[in-house]
Amino acid sequence: MRRPAAILTLAIAMGAICPAVAQQPPPTNKETVEIGLSTDTISITSGFRGTDLTVFGALDNADPLIQRQGRYDIVVVLQGPERNFVVRRKDRFFGIWVNTESVSFQHIPASYSLASTRSLQDIATPKVFGQLSLGVNNIYYEPLPEGFGSSESLKEFTKELPRLKLKQQLYSQRMGDVQFLSSTLFRATLSLPANVPVGKHVARAFLFRNGEFLRESSTSLNIVKAGLEFRIYRAANQHSLLYGLFAVFLAVVTGWAGRLVFRKD
Amino acid sequence: MVVLGLYRGTVMGSGFKLGVYLPIAEISVNIFVLFFMGAAVGFLSGMFGVGGGFLITPLLIFYNIPPAVAVATGANQVIASSFSGALSHFKRGTLDVKLGSLLVIGGVIGAGVGIYVFVLLRQLGQLDLIVSLLYVVFLSTIGGLMLYESIQAMRRTRAGQLATLKKPGQHNWVHRLPFKMRFRASKIYVSIIPVLVLGAAIGFLSSIMGVGGGFIMVPAMIYLLKVPTNVVIGTSLYQIVFVTAFATVMQATTNQSVDIVLAMLLMTGGVVGAQYGARIGQKLRGEQLRALLAMLVLAVGLRLAIELFVTPDDIYSITLAMATGAS
Repeated sequence: MRRPAAILTLAIAMGAICPAVAQQPPPTNKETVEIGLSTDTISITSGFRGTDLTVFGALDNADPLIQRQGRYDIVVVLQGPERNFVVRRKDRFFGIWVNTESVSFQHIPASYSLASTRSLQDIATPKVFGQLSLGVNNIYYEPLPEGFGSSESLKEFTKELPRLKLKQQLYSQRMGDVQFLSSTLFRATLSLPANVPVGKHVARAFLFRNGEFLRESSTSLNIVKAGLEFRIYRAANQHSLLYGLFAVFLAVVTGWAGRLVFRKD
Repeated sequence: MVVLGLYRGTVMGSGFKLGVYLPIAEISVNIFVLFFMGAAVGFLSGMFGVGGGFLITPLLIFYNIPPAVAVATGANQVIASSFSGALSHFKRGTLDVKLGSLLVIGGVIGAGVGIYVFVLLRQLGQLDLIVSLLYVVFLSTIGGLMLYESIQAMRRTRAGQLATLKKPGQHNWVHRLPFKMRFRASKIYVSIIPVLVLGAAIGFLSSIMGVGGGFIMVPAMIYLLKVPTNVVIGTSLYQIVFVTAFATVMQATTNQSVDIVLAMLLMTGGVVGAQYGARIGQKLRGEQLRALLAMLVLAVGLRLAIELFVTPDDIYSITLAMATGAS
């Protein structure tokens, strides 16, 4: 039932590196950033315990001077499908811990893995990241219109959401895990946790120069689950009536078989 | 431009060879732990003649199975043990089909209401709490009563008297209710109102707690409806099979929380355990056996109660907003 986790086959599609650095003097903002995956689908099996996903990319038309000074920065993000979440708080009620207050959020990325060349505050000002909604603390955690009691509780729970996600390892930020391998080629190491949600994930690369955001590029990745267990899971969700009847049938057969095997009457 | 991706596989955790992934509970568990859990509860149910659902669900919760899945799968598991029991009673003729069917009608209504409440509680985030509270109340009440009764019986035996169950009185308020119906197999003439209400109450508990409800049904039938003891067990099992089957299908369609893999492990363990339990049970003395079960029931209840009072590691929690599967 369990297969080795390493079935993820992102085959290596090594393209030619184009050293297209023509001698164009001043015109800035020529730099481009590209990332890519050789496959658009990853299937993970039930034995999957989480892994690292390495994304390669290229920075083209870079200014050699700025590059030597190491003032290009890249942030790569892999963002999972958007879902609605409820954050709840327990309080003591006659000695018993009871879920009391809650806030509902919508369009929240179910997973979020970030890698950057340096720590975010060294790359640009918080304002820049805020405008880009980049980073666990800058994502816009949108509450459901009537999903919260007061603005105070909204503030409190908005702080807890990323903390809980980080604790579940569904969100992660890895500083220094984007590394330049040459003047143009870079490598980003992202985390795919064991509980990575299935669905469409978007990988985005953000290019910064001297603390200024230049451009981004993105590509998408589909994560699907494979194996018997996930076929069962799908059956339970898509054909729930048949699944329920089958569960009853199995129980009846087991009970009947047990009687047949062990009793003689 | 380079377009290239690479996967770096990690080494899987070793020493987890017996692990099996539960597709609905979404956790990896040890096959043998669950098999033995099923066998142990099956053993007890064979020994004491109880369904075992009221032990399985809390044990699963202790083993970190989400309560919603534990309840739904518990109901599924109960079908197996009840079905083989009901079949034996049917063959021996110790089953009142008419009374049982009426209880089923009540049970289906109760289970339907139970599922509705279950969904509501899950949306409110109070399901885990209510399930635990219900278990604490039922387990401590039943365990306490059983312990008291068995100690009394042991005292009487020591005093040289015969240990017999108290003879129920001839008539009570139940027999003054209208809409009476005659049940030939049970030799009773009773109003259908208490029958339907009793069935509905048991059905409700099957949905919310994942139990068969035999531990309430049997005494209620004896003391309230005055059904003769020889048909009580068979009729109760008959009702349990249908109501837990209905609850399982309802759980599967509304909450998608029935885990077939988990249920199979528990059922196979349970079927094996029940056979040995029944053999041992015939050799042991009734009162001592009941005292033992009572203490076990009380211990499980106590463990659940303690958990309600202990400060959680994290007072905040996050869940998917819709009632479709846990995250």
